Amino acid sequence: MTARPFRDIAIVGVAESDLGKVPDKTAIQLAAEASRRALEDAGLRKDDVDGLFTFGFGRMGAVQFGEYLQIQPAYSDSTVMGGSTPVAFIEHAAAAMKAGLCSVALVAYGSTQASDTTRRFGGQAEDPRLPGSQYERPFGLPLPLGAYALAATRHMAVYGTTSEQLAEIAVATRKWAALNPVAMMREPITIQDVLGSRLIASPLHLLDCCLVTDGGGALVITTRARGRDTKTRPVVILGTAETHTHQIISQMPDLTVTGAARTGPRAFAMAGLGPADIDAAEIYDSFTITVLLTLEDLGFCKKGKGGAFVSGQRTAPGGNFPLNTQGGGLSYCHPGVFGIFTVIEAVRQLRGECGPRQVKDAEVALCHGTGGVLSSAGTAILGIG
Amino acid sequence: MPPAKPLPTADQESREFWAGVKARQLKLQRCLGCRRFRFYPRAVCPHCLSGQAEWLAASGKGTVYSFTVCHRPAGEAFAAEVPYIVALIDLAEGVRVMSNLVRCQPAEARVGMPVEAVFEDLSDEIALYKFRPVD
Repeated sequence: MTARPFRDIAIVGVAESDLGKVPDKTAIQLAAEASRRALEDAGLRKDDVDGLFTFGFGRMGAVQFGEYLQIQPAYSDSTVMGGSTPVAFIEHAAAAMKAGLCSVALVAYGSTQASDTTRRFGGQAEDPRLPGSQYERPFGLPLPLGAYALAATRHMAVYGTTSEQLAEIAVATRKWAALNPVAMMREPITIQDVLGSRLIASPLHLLDCCLVTDGGGALVITTRARGRDTKTRPVVILGTAETHTHQIISQMPDLTVTGAARTGPRAFAMAGLGPADIDAAEIYDSFTITVLLTLEDLGFCKKGKGGAFVSGQRTAPGGNFPLNTQGGGLSYCHPGVFGIFTVIEAVRQLRGECGPRQVKDAEVALCHGTGGVLSSAGTAILGIG
Repeated sequence: MPPAKPLPTADQESREFWAGVKARQLKLQRCLGCRRFRFYPRAVCPHCLSGQAEWLAASGKGTVYSFTVCHRPAGEAFAAEVPYIVALIDLAEGVRVMSNLVRCQPAEARVGMPVEAVFEDLSDEIALYKFRPVD
């Protein structure tokens, strides 16, 4: 592999839409508003966009979104692999740019899942003949949560991981959220609060689970040369990787090993870096167990040692491993597809824009998205240009 | 009245499997190319891509690979049953299936515990396989 093949490509604009409960807005509107803000952040115009990367607005997401904003792109990508997709879009956009197929990529996402209450544990109605409908749905596993609970039970049985260790992640993430003015949940919590919260699907408690909110986000990616004209410090792409391993949880080969075990080594190899080089880690935290598994698989600690790794509030502000510094899906926002927010925060940390939650001298950040039921993975390692 | 529970709908690839379950048998496909069992049923072997397979009756024995006690149901159809146990079972033949662990108190469920299949009629056409602990 060429070292840093995407080093000439930069993320030059990032933005969130309004977050929380936004009942007076539609999902596509939130994506459009985030796009406007991200383009303003980049100092680029809508008409500069010639690559469109989005999904979730009907069956042909990018086509629908292109119509809404009157963008007729040279490169279009409506890939759907769940919450990791926006991280994978960085790789898709960079590859398209290296091939000369587009020069300004817009990645957008929006959802009103909190307001429209489509997120029910029974899962959306799907084709009854799909494998999940035949071999899982009749048994009543609440989704997606129940699948993550199965992974947590297995990890506890094999490695002795405890609920207290999982709670460490929720508590530390809440401390970061307290430093983020737009985070939804900012009141401090304790490990006892997490353990005392309602069991939803054992061993996961309510406070092991991410929020359900509305919101959207957008990224603008372009060549570094063009990025020189933009307003902000370009953040360059050092390494990327993506994969998926299964669609339904009963087909996951090993419930303690996620796709991050494949994407992590590839992304680090592309970047010519290792876990010790990461100054800030933004890792999809749909559930506390998601973070623990991902930390192990990316190589921040050995398999099975994630519980010890996160103990003692190591990942909290002031700890030696800054993790989910905007407050994560657990406490900041979670309109589904949190992968886009891992990128937004990584870029802001590298630009040094994060105020009280700024990680000192952050030069390299890692973002990682997880989709479905630990089904898909996308990793991106970003650095200052 | 709560909504009806979701029933499996057999298709061309799974008809034999669901007919077996209705007849109180767990039938698995074994590839005639690489001789490996597979689950769920599919026309093409995910290991060697062979299109040739035989159906064999599984022993119905297995062990719990993982489980979760569901305190929040997967929709209203399951609300009357909380807390109930959803488990992944490793069958003796080497494949993994999702199911429910029944005749087992939530506090007694363990990863690794030996189990065997039991069958439950859902309608005149379709039955479901579940697992209970064995000594």
